[in-house]
Amino acid sequence: MSWYKRTEKGIVTPTEEKLEVPDGLWHQCPECKKIMQADEHSASSYVCPACGYHDRINSKEYFEILFDDNAFLELDENLSSGDPLKFIDSQPYPARVAASQKKTGLKDAVRSGYGKMNGSDVVIACMDFRFIGGSMGSVVGEKIARAIDYARKKKCPFIMISKSGGARMMEAGFSLMQMAKTSAKLALLDKEGLPYISILTDPTTGGVTASYAMLGDFNIAEPGSLIGFAGPRVIRETIGKDLPEGFQSAEFVLEHGFLDFIVDRREMKKKLADLLGMLK
Amino acid sequence: MYLDFEKPIAELEAKLHDMHVLAKESNVDMSKEVKSLEGKILELKKETYSNLSRWQRVQLSRHPERPYTLDYIEGIATKFVELHGDRNVRDDKAMVGGFAEIDGESVMIIGHQKGRKTKERQLRNFGMANPEGYRKALRLMKLAEKFEKPIITLIDTPGAFPGLEAEERGQGEAIARNLKEMFMLKVPVICIIIGEGASGGALGIAIGDKVMMLENTWYSVISPESCSSILWRSWDHKEKAAEALKLTAQDMLKAKLIDGIVKEPLGGAHNDPQAMFKELKKVILEAIQELSPMKSKERIAMRIDKFSAMGAYVEK
Ligand SMILES: [Zn+2]
Repeated sequence: MSWYKRTEKGIVTPTEEKLEVPDGLWHQCPECKKIMQADEHSASSYVCPACGYHDRINSKEYFEILFDDNAFLELDENLSSGDPLKFIDSQPYPARVAASQKKTGLKDAVRSGYGKMNGSDVVIACMDFRFIGGSMGSVVGEKIARAIDYARKKKCPFIMISKSGGARMMEAGFSLMQMAKTSAKLALLDKEGLPYISILTDPTTGGVTASYAMLGDFNIAEPGSLIGFAGPRVIRETIGKDLPEGFQSAEFVLEHGFLDFIVDRREMKKKLADLLGMLK
Repeated sequence: MYLDFEKPIAELEAKLHDMHVLAKESNVDMSKEVKSLEGKILELKKETYSNLSRWQRVQLSRHPERPYTLDYIEGIATKFVELHGDRNVRDDKAMVGGFAEIDGESVMIIGHQKGRKTKERQLRNFGMANPEGYRKALRLMKLAEKFEKPIITLIDTPGAFPGLEAEERGQGEAIARNLKEMFMLKVPVICIIIGEGASGGALGIAIGDKVMMLENTWYSVISPESCSSILWRSWDHKEKAAEALKLTAQDMLKAKLIDGIVKEPLGGAHNDPQAMFKELKKVILEAIQELSPMKSKERIAMRIDKFSAMGAYVEK
């Protein structure tokens, strides 16, 4: 039953419990609680028109926002995870992957595509946090590596949108080496003089931060994103103190010199196109 | 110091000691008994160390008497000039390096450094480098490249330091930069895990033409303790976590994530450091000999291809 109908009957749903409106017609901002039409929300790139809150979105939405007319060739869509270590915790790793695939309709935590952005060729890879926390395993590493190779082949810019909790523990050593693999490919892209834009979104931590996310010619973040190497809990335990307000926010990382700028998602496409246009 | 699983060996060695004392005091010839007991101890050691569990290897990798980077440098190099600082923030004592001479061959050696006594442990930050440590390492690697000397890195860290200032100074960026830059180094790069190889903190100096692990070390994306605490909400299942992670040299070689294993003396590197130094020196010199004749372009391509092939996925 839709939230809308329930209000008609005068039933008020507690806002904290109902952040997502089930029928998709209405959206409530989790920050300022403003209610708007879902169309209005998606038309403003899933950013609240009232307070500017950036909702967490997935590869599907980023591709819609960035590729002209949402037209792109999806790359390597048939890659899915192996089980190199026969890893079992509360369930075997393949069962965990299968469950996540079923829940999300995705093959793994990254998708990549080749298309046009403001009329120019680009390759964009984008992570999906819904898939096992956007963790980086062999599929993520391989798909990013191949996307970079595709950009090299087409001699076009590569854009990476990161959103990840870091390494995928269930792939242990294999996961670790994806940091190396993606960095190797970025070194080649760099040598060939092709632009690499890294967009860090909420959250970008761990091994992803310590590899491709921080290696952009341009490191760009969405406002308010959590960006760091170690997780806040680990740091708090290490130093035995509470962390300062705003620690590891995009604004903090910008202030410390590791980002080129923070971009409002509604301006993202234009700003990227402007920047890339000047490099031609 | 004996580890828990070494108790039976410790007991026999104590017995052997008593026997020596008794023989001396009573002036009785006990050479036969001594010899038999020594044989027994050797058998027990061989049996113990050839059937180590993954967790036991982790314990050995952290043995407080195990040689650290500076011990290896002293043990294998005839000359060493230590170089300090990242030219930016400060000198990170958890990462050491400098030019060294091994058998007349000039090399750059860089490695994580742990401390042995409480004070030194703190000075070395338990082998956990800050961003300036990784930047210092990169500075030294670039120096080696300039003077066309091979680079040896020795990896021994429980992880990159997860501190407030480390985040402020870009721990993630520092490690990422090293990964990318190490792929393009024109000189041979040989990386050896001598103790603990924890995650990005280890990988940050471990991109090489040859990556090898000493026999009783571990290398993975997370420590068994942290893995246990994530999966089972406590550190108590570290043995199980070590098994699941398949983090030993033997596992990593089987997965083709490293290039080789360096044999340790019976009972581990600390049991006979001189023998360990000799073996490591031999392995390093062989690797240099193999890699040096190659053109730098070939080496770089081979390095990139090797890491690019790492992964396990299905395509259908
Ligand atoms: Zn709002």
